[in-house]
Amino acid sequence: MVVAQDHAVPEGRSSSPFWTIARRDSLAGFLFIAPQLVGISIFVLIPLGLVFWYSLHEWNVLANTFTYTGAQNYRMLIEDTNLLEVLGATAVFSSGLVIFNLSLALLLAVLLNQKLAGISIFRTLFFSPVVVSLVAWTIVWGFLLQKNGGINGLLQVFGVEGPNWLREETTAMISVIVVQVFKNVGLNMILFLAALQGVPNELYEAARIDGAPRFKQFRRITLPLISPTILLTSIITIVGSLQVFAQIAVLTQGGPGLSTTVLVYYLYQQAFQFHFFGYGSTLSILLFVIVAVLTFAQWQMRKRIVFYES
Amino acid sequence: MKADLSPRMKTCLYGLMCVLLVPFVFPTWWMVTSSVKPISDIFAFPPQLVPQNYDWTTYTKVFELQPFVQQYWNSAYIAAVVTIGTMIVSSMAGYAFARIRFPFANTIFMIVLLGLLIPSEVTIVPLFQMFLQAGMVNTHWPLILVPIFGAPSVFSTFVMRQFFVTLPTELEEAARVDGLGRFKIFRKIALPLAKPALASVAIFTFLHSWNLFLEPIVFLSSAEKFTLPQALTQYTDAYGGPMWNIQLAAATLTALPVLIVFIIAQKQFVEGLAHTGLKG
Repeated sequence: MVVAQDHAVPEGRSSSPFWTIARRDSLAGFLFIAPQLVGISIFVLIPLGLVFWYSLHEWNVLANTFTYTGAQNYRMLIEDTNLLEVLGATAVFSSGLVIFNLSLALLLAVLLNQKLAGISIFRTLFFSPVVVSLVAWTIVWGFLLQKNGGINGLLQVFGVEGPNWLREETTAMISVIVVQVFKNVGLNMILFLAALQGVPNELYEAARIDGAPRFKQFRRITLPLISPTILLTSIITIVGSLQVFAQIAVLTQGGPGLSTTVLVYYLYQQAFQFHFFGYGSTLSILLFVIVAVLTFAQWQMRKRIVFYES
Repeated sequence: MKADLSPRMKTCLYGLMCVLLVPFVFPTWWMVTSSVKPISDIFAFPPQLVPQNYDWTTYTKVFELQPFVQQYWNSAYIAAVVTIGTMIVSSMAGYAFARIRFPFANTIFMIVLLGLLIPSEVTIVPLFQMFLQAGMVNTHWPLILVPIFGAPSVFSTFVMRQFFVTLPTELEEAARVDGLGRFKIFRKIALPLAKPALASVAIFTFLHSWNLFLEPIVFLSSAEKFTLPQALTQYTDAYGGPMWNIQLAAATLTALPVLIVFIIAQKQFVEGLAHTGLKG
């Protein structure tokens, strides 16, 4: 809606009084967005209404009963002791993922931004896991992380006894985070690289003349100038981290115990393994609220933290 | 940071990058090489970075144990249809939001953007019920319709809109003076100029569809309907343990074609995606 239509443009063909340019444009506009708007209504808005409606009901699939119970599912949410653990695991997973992902992405982008021969080969290789099928990637890592798998085999060569990565609480969480970070860090790396290349070289030259050390240049010039990209990537990465499902399903099935059961996986279990569709819907609402609050909070932070925006 | 580096510094940087590369590159190497090892060598100590013995029957077993050709076709045709469908729907909607003045345009744009806030995981329960009512459970329809028209396509629409906003309007205005209709202007003038944005939308959408996991396991129940990600997890023995070398052979067949296309067209891939991110 940035571009204004020029209504002074002489009408090209039709002189019918009803079909003015403005009316024709309105019709065209609606026809162009119709598929998307109808799709959003059917596949997003109606389901969002339904998921809230379901969350107010007890739904017994076997007995085929669907009873209105008001806020009972929400009380269950508060009383569900597993849920606390699930939310804890979700918080650890998401924050660990975002911190590790963004710092690694920034490090790689800074490295790739150097004047070195053959740097594009490195860029291609760091990016390559992004295009490897997600489940294939997860399966290989699952294989590498077995008790007698490749990683412990390599450790043993150096005389180190590795843990059973996926079967111990701390290492299982670290494993799912690491597998996910290496899979997708290339995307953020590319976004950071593009942002770094947009920083005007004159600023660095001026800083060098003033004798500012490299680290200070990075802190005082680079970081503020790429802060919009940091914000954007952190939103994308956080929202993305709340949707991570396949990795958990393939690597740990949420275990050991509930230590890697993140909210989406818990939702899937409740709804599709235990057939608690009502409670599953309540968990969906919770997920929706978390995503909405986080996104909103990050946009608010933009005003305070982001130094510069083009 | 674009200062010329001393030779010593260069060596250090190359060394650091080579070490950092290991977790990015080694898993793919390990997947391909382990897929041709006999089961007795799969957990051999010390680990065999290059296979000592070869067992190519793992690849025939991939096709014997499951209708793998059918599953491959399912994934490929679904990803192709979803990609083309999303390109059409998103470029039209994106163009209208960027260029055409119509009532409630801003409100509708906000409603559509809601899709970005609502991960498809949130609506998976009602979507399952809706497709169950429509008799479409255990068909590919949910995996095709929801990505093209639902929440996943909103990101693409956003990317297309941001691109069209940056295009100069003169060409289109000239065409309007010549009496070209909106659709013709879109089809003949705007769309050809939008190739870079369309390419990144295509890449993103294809990868998204190719990797879809939650939706297939919720909606599909018979092996000949499965898509690849789901099929890969099915190579298990009688106790539910994975048959590693066969699973890795199937994983290799799934991962390598996309990886090869990427390496051939890597410039377009990386620049396309960077472009998307910058604009988005």
